[in-house]
Amino acid sequence: MAAVAPEKRGTEAPPVAGPQRGRRMSTIARRLRIDRRYMPVVGTFVVLALILSVGGVRYDNFLSTNVLANLFINNSFLIVLAVGMTFVILTGGIDLSVGAVLALSAVSAAYLLDAGVPAAMVMPAVVLIGSIIGFLIGVMVHVFDVQPFIATLAGMFFARGLCFVIAPVAIPITDETFVAISAWDTWVGGQWRVTTSVMIALAVVALAFYLLHYTQFGRTVYAIGGGEQSAQLMGLPVARTKVLVYVVSGTCAGLGGLLFAMYSRSGYSLTGVAMELDAIAAVVIGGTLLTGGTGFVLGSVLGVLVLGLIQTIITFEGTLSSWWTKIVIGVLLLIFVVLQRVLTLRRT
Amino acid sequence: MGPQAVPGGHAVAPVVEMRGITVEYSGVRVLDAADLTLRPGEVHALMGENGAGKSTLIGALTGTVPILAGEVLVDGVPRTPTSVARSRAEGIATVFQESHLSPSLSVAENIMIGHEVRGRFGISWAKSRERAEAALAALGIEDVDPRAPLETLSPATKQLVAVARAIVLEPRVLVLDEPTSSLDGSEATRLLGVVRRLRDQGVAVLFVSHFLEQVFEVSDRMTVLRGGRVVAEFRTAQVDRAELISKMIGEDIGALQALHSQRLSHHYGGSAQVTLRATSIGRRGALEPTDLDLARGEVVGFAGLRGSGRTELARLMSGVERADHGELWLDGHRVQLRGPATALRHRIAVSTENLRHEGIVAGLTVRENIVLALQALRGWTRPLSRAEQDAVVETYLDALHLSHEDVDRPAGELSGGTQQKVMLARLLATRPHVLILDEPTRGIDIAAKLDIQRRVARLAGEGVAVVFISSELEEVVRLSDRIVVLKDREKIGELSNGPGITVDTIVEMIAAELDGRAPGDDG
Repeated sequence: MAAVAPEKRGTEAPPVAGPQRGRRMSTIARRLRIDRRYMPVVGTFVVLALILSVGGVRYDNFLSTNVLANLFINNSFLIVLAVGMTFVILTGGIDLSVGAVLALSAVSAAYLLDAGVPAAMVMPAVVLIGSIIGFLIGVMVHVFDVQPFIATLAGMFFARGLCFVIAPVAIPITDETFVAISAWDTWVGGQWRVTTSVMIALAVVALAFYLLHYTQFGRTVYAIGGGEQSAQLMGLPVARTKVLVYVVSGTCAGLGGLLFAMYSRSGYSLTGVAMELDAIAAVVIGGTLLTGGTGFVLGSVLGVLVLGLIQTIITFEGTLSSWWTKIVIGVLLLIFVVLQRVLTLRRT
Repeated sequence: MGPQAVPGGHAVAPVVEMRGITVEYSGVRVLDAADLTLRPGEVHALMGENGAGKSTLIGALTGTVPILAGEVLVDGVPRTPTSVARSRAEGIATVFQESHLSPSLSVAENIMIGHEVRGRFGISWAKSRERAEAALAALGIEDVDPRAPLETLSPATKQLVAVARAIVLEPRVLVLDEPTSSLDGSEATRLLGVVRRLRDQGVAVLFVSHFLEQVFEVSDRMTVLRGGRVVAEFRTAQVDRAELISKMIGEDIGALQALHSQRLSHHYGGSAQVTLRATSIGRRGALEPTDLDLARGEVVGFAGLRGSGRTELARLMSGVERADHGELWLDGHRVQLRGPATALRHRIAVSTENLRHEGIVAGLTVRENIVLALQALRGWTRPLSRAEQDAVVETYLDALHLSHEDVDRPAGELSGGTQQKVMLARLLATRPHVLILDEPTRGIDIAAKLDIQRRVARLAGEGVAVVFISSELEEVVRLSDRIVVLKDREKIGELSNGPGITVDTIVEMIAAELDGRAPGDDG
């Protein structure tokens, strides 16, 4: 029975006592309601703060700018992957190809540089490889109505296979320009080390935030996640957007490969195996619903930082096997998914 | 097409003219050379039963349905829309039947999505929100928080938000497809007020509704569709309800009246055998302890507003919901119903309010849907043979006027009324002793309604105890032998139906008990 008159909407607002107080109450209620949409992200933030404080109490030097700066440096490619993945998951899709596309991009970069192609051409080219694969996947998903899971699985095998065709063994990167670019860094505030990769990753985050919240493309992404048919009936460009999210994700994977090549200064076919799962985990921990429609790109960044911090803690502990990272991530993921479930159930 | 010439030729030039619109779905002609003319400052009602082609005609106007032949003229210029975005650009805004908004976005985002106000750096949220607030204010629903996520709103408010979305672009043509189906009385009145205001501002409104009273209240002109053809165009002032209904169903209005008198003459005798007895059955927060007897051959109507507890009573009596108080007795034996499956084994069949959405398995054929419950009752180890299936399906096809061609079509492709009939057939196939129907006729056309009502009357004649719940009190009065009146989660009385009982009797009974609480005030 849902015969609720509009006046009855604000269930959390207490009975009002007068016009003035009533207005104040409703503003508070409004504030509360805004918070509710950001709840999952706030949750991620709390977890992040918790891990930071636990680490800070347990280990000396944990809360140093050095450790935190490295968190960004070591995870810049994952941040970029997670940003791309956020677009796809917001529409209710999934992209399993990004780990393999990242490897393909990194391997191609190493191969092309090794062959003497100038870095200025290689860098945009390998990003474009990601865009093209993303476009093909998008066409499969939208035009041929293939399940995103299957289409991106196919993309994953294709890209991974191609890696081995290009380079069965690891290729070191020695190109001077490329090495110089990847080695460039600056110290923000004299203490916080920022590399090219971190700059690129943060730029991608900012751009993604802009796209999602200030353009029609972004709004359509959210609307598709809320219901594809609804989005269509609202007259939004569903077809174009559905293809575009995979292009975005593919481009991010290509860029991630570039960052990974900068990070490792080599290209190897087996890099980034299961990295798509890390990206998905980061997005989910960051509060984006797998069913689509709800989530924030900043949440995904927080998600990546949570994953990175867990890794850092395990390293600081010293005696623990690094596989404990996976166990902790698994538990966290479970908690978050259950929390999201509880939140959505309460809402309906 | 229209056999009735429209008197009083208008000086105002039409905004939209649809000429000879023909649409086919997989070879089936669902619209056949339909014409429709919309004029500024006029509310035009589109009438017809389910499957008459109303939604298809709207789809053709809004670009969601491909047109096989015919053309759409906007301001006299051929501009057949090919997408919702295109028709919006022509100034045609639509509120579709199903809520077509995005649940996780906020109210303001939903209203403005696709046409947000742009600033220099993309969408300007401050200005967009202002526009959204203005649209809400225009509808008189300023109390809706534009920042609230849509999913936290009631269905009624969502519907109003959909209207706000439609009017925010100041359209010249506003299409409303069943805009009031999820609204209660006062909300509907508010919406009709908005429709009138827009009309006075010169908007051409196309209004589709199953509620005849609303149509008569608000429309200036109406076009009647039947079987994909336009059968009549009237000025609303020049037609009466009986004529309209007979045009819509292509059947004499006398049938309706005959059903009523037949029910009255049947009249339930007090000596009938009680089959299901509830003693002080209740559940905290849902229903106060209530006593009720259902007898064989009796139709018991539950009357009350939404949230009065009528649905709760039905759910408790059928075991869909567990009672935390009271007992159920079936033919003198104490029974405990642990859900609909147990109830079915006791020959109690129940159709809940949203049964059409929850109960129809869209991917299965009509045949499979009909035999589903019977098969479940027999157990999956003893499958029904094809011959048995045919026999069962055959019995109910004719009884409910279901078409034979539909039997092997997926149920999801059928119209709402047909699906409802399939549901009824499924329940009847289990040969229930007690049949509980919660809103079996909601949102379906008058012919299908009539079929279902006839069938209910027949069932009672065959000795089934029927509970009939409907928001339309006339229906309850027409069918019931006894009417249980509920209010505020409590049974406030029982009426034995007879010549003196009318809708007003019930309304007065509810109103007399009114203690200041607003209708539908159930959280």
